[in-house]
Amino acid sequence: MTQNYDAIIVGGGHNGLTCAAYLARAGRKVLVLEQRHVLGGAAVSEEIYPGFTYSVCSYVVSLLRPEVIRELELAKYGLKIHPNDSVFVPMENGDSFTSYADETKARREFGRFSQRDAEMASRFHEVMYKMAFAVKPIIGYVPPNIIKPSLRDLGTLKDLGKHMRGLGKETFHELCKIMVMSADDFLGEYFETDVIRAVHGMSGIIGTMLGVRSPGTAYVLLHHYMGELDGAFTAWGAQQGGTGGVSEAIAGSARNHGAEIRVSAPVAQVIVKNGSAVGVALENGDEFYADTIVSGCDPKVTFRKLVEEKDLPADLVRSIDKFKYRGSSGKVNLALDGLPHFPSLKDPSVLKGAIDICPSVRYIEKAYDDAKYGGFSKRPAMEVVIPSVVDPTMAPQGKHMMSIFVQYAAYDMSEYGNRDQQREAFGNAVIDTLSEFAPNIKDLILHKQVLTPWDLEQQIGLTEGNIFQGELTLDQLFFLRPAAGWADYRTPIRGYWQCGSGTHPGGGITAGPGRLAAREILGGKL
Amino acid sequence: MLKPTPFHSRTGPLCQGHSWANWAGFLAATTYEPDHLHEYNAVRTGSGLFDVSPLFKYDIRGRDALATVNRVAVRDLSKSRIGQVYYSVWCDDKGMVIDDGTISQLGEDHFRITAAIPTLAWLQDNAIGLEVTIEDVSEQFAGVALQGPTSRDMLQSLTDVDLSSLRFFRCTDGKVAGAPALISRTGYTGDLGYEIFVGPDDAESLWDAMMEAGGKFQMLPAGLATLDLVRIEGGLLGIDADFTSALQTMFPVQKLSVYDLGLGWMIKANKSFFVGRDALRREKASGSRYDTVGLELDVTVLEKVYAEYGMPLHLPYTSWNSAVPVFSDEPQKHHIGRGTSGMWSPVLKKYIVMARVKPEYAKLGNLIWIEDVVESHSYSIPARVVKMPFYDPPWKKA
Repeated sequence: MTQNYDAIIVGGGHNGLTCAAYLARAGRKVLVLEQRHVLGGAAVSEEIYPGFTYSVCSYVVSLLRPEVIRELELAKYGLKIHPNDSVFVPMENGDSFTSYADETKARREFGRFSQRDAEMASRFHEVMYKMAFAVKPIIGYVPPNIIKPSLRDLGTLKDLGKHMRGLGKETFHELCKIMVMSADDFLGEYFETDVIRAVHGMSGIIGTMLGVRSPGTAYVLLHHYMGELDGAFTAWGAQQGGTGGVSEAIAGSARNHGAEIRVSAPVAQVIVKNGSAVGVALENGDEFYADTIVSGCDPKVTFRKLVEEKDLPADLVRSIDKFKYRGSSGKVNLALDGLPHFPSLKDPSVLKGAIDICPSVRYIEKAYDDAKYGGFSKRPAMEVVIPSVVDPTMAPQGKHMMSIFVQYAAYDMSEYGNRDQQREAFGNAVIDTLSEFAPNIKDLILHKQVLTPWDLEQQIGLTEGNIFQGELTLDQLFFLRPAAGWADYRTPIRGYWQCGSGTHPGGGITAGPGRLAAREILGGKL
Repeated sequence: MLKPTPFHSRTGPLCQGHSWANWAGFLAATTYEPDHLHEYNAVRTGSGLFDVSPLFKYDIRGRDALATVNRVAVRDLSKSRIGQVYYSVWCDDKGMVIDDGTISQLGEDHFRITAAIPTLAWLQDNAIGLEVTIEDVSEQFAGVALQGPTSRDMLQSLTDVDLSSLRFFRCTDGKVAGAPALISRTGYTGDLGYEIFVGPDDAESLWDAMMEAGGKFQMLPAGLATLDLVRIEGGLLGIDADFTSALQTMFPVQKLSVYDLGLGWMIKANKSFFVGRDALRREKASGSRYDTVGLELDVTVLEKVYAEYGMPLHLPYTSWNSAVPVFSDEPQKHHIGRGTSGMWSPVLKKYIVMARVKPEYAKLGNLIWIEDVVESHSYSIPARVVKMPFYDPPWKKA
């Protein structure tokens, strides 16, 4: 068979599509192969129940790099984000707390609990903003090789050093602290009110099998503050038509530059000859050839499934086998016959934002305790969004789509029986807990989709169900992601590249890995 | 979601243009009449009545109350007596200004601070180890400012307190229109005037009494558009106009020291300690980035510019609060600072600007150039450094 393509991307997740779009823009002949019948990987929208669009996995957008939006002209291809400006937290005592983006509303609401916290909120926001600004350039760099730096790596290190010196000592000190502290300890330096610490702490545990009191979670918190919408740091929003709309926009940009995208085309293997990747073989036996093969899959799939051990150095194999996934979250999606009623809700406009079930720090930490040794939280911490409130395309009129992100759910739930029993028990825990805060929820459910970490692995291909393709802990970031020495998107196999969230800058709908990988493949120029 | 102030049942119907602004989360009238000019003239010739309830207010009580306020304030309050009011800024450890406001001594161990931004956490943090209680009393008081040359006579008609003995920057308890009140001879207008604080329940009756008495004294209710004009004429800084609070910006380039704002006079060399003292001492020795000055624009030049377009002279009848480049030369080669607030002063018949310039250009009488844009073309307009306050009537302190 002749060599058909310049580059083949394995996996049509948002990063694979991003890499494809950049390569296509540079004039390469690109083929994207996606195993499922839909594009997007974990950034996917599907009509699971007639008339309802589910954001099956990821459900909000914030971290998407502004340069990707600009360069791939995503607005032209359908990127439309409804800003999300509040987090409503129903509490166990019947009261509630709402975190508003608007300063006036925030001050008044915080002030119901603590005037001091109301003022500290703007200071906390300022510090987080400053740190997001501080780490922003890091997100845009290809991680340098610290041990054997190239000329370019030395340049990167010099730039970073200069940037760090320019931050001022307070920011640098805060940055050092946030890298090692627990989310709750860090928040405790600002806030005295428990529920306020709880709702902020949620961002510190998402996708991570750690509790709000575990060291290292403060960094995860910061990772979630790096979002930037239209130049505003720390902003979140919902893509029109679900997060699959982001993947579709990227795919649209890629197609417009000539990329070919195939779905229902699972890749069995990357074909390696004499230490070089030369093509891929599909599960159905079809083969495609190119001298650049890029994997958007997670490190385990990239290094341990798609290629053979004999083509890799032993130390890399060992590193990849020790890479931590430990999926910690599940997802429940509901088609609802109407809006749920939260008795503690005072301002109905907050249903446009997120609803966080995290009434206290203790509640979240206990949820972690339950799942630490396997299983799931009996009363889980949850982030609920009802995108149909702002986006009528998500559900028929008067009906609603609810997305529930659930933490914690361990990969191993064997104590609950077989996979179906596990899923059933997990789904029930979620709905039972939610109905404590929204008693009519059970009466509204038309359809329910429950995804445990195991389901995420089986359906989406995320190892152990980790939504970030590997935990976002310090030991797995920057030049250590996914393994020391292999953080520059290359692999030991010539022509075989990686571009998934398992590479720098990590998980979430950032498109950062896809873009940086493309830049490396194209020799440093986009 | 913006809150009405305790006067809203009265101010609401008076606000003909429904032009409301957000002042610290409260509804505040921009103007009552569709245009602000009558209100402005009332303040300079009769009196203006401003609803100032949204001001933040904190009570500091206890054995170390003086120590607390004296630690926070840049000015030396150690000689303060009951009934005395100080205008001061407070700043961070680097001497960068956080806010300005008044500090009134209401009792032996009792001070009240007014502030433009929420300040509870800052006060608490600076009172650690001191024997005080700090209470946010912002919403326990409704406040009006009665300001203008007739304000004393008018207020006297409503109170038994002998106002002729209440000096500038002094305050006293007393009854106004039958309600227990704090009367403070302070304001934000550069004119004779008083601020009167009552409990929220007495707010409506106070307003009604003021409006009724006001007829004889050429008094009008006045909104924020007027307040900004008269405070510029009075040479009084506006937060978010002439400076940004050091607590509300994260960028060092946007923080300003006490000296940068031209408030070095507040610093007494022998004051024992206050937050920012050491940094300000160092700055005094090594020099400041800026000084804050008044400018008077040469409108004859501006008039010629308009003439090029076949237009008569246009002047800003409402104030502007934006960063306008200032240069040491007409071709705009040497940038030396910025205008921060500007207006045509109807009472002075002058185009005045508050500006922040490099100290070497701050000398009185110095000629500098400020940018103005006419029909989308940029021009340099000559301006002289003049004394502030621009408007300082003899009756203000009399």
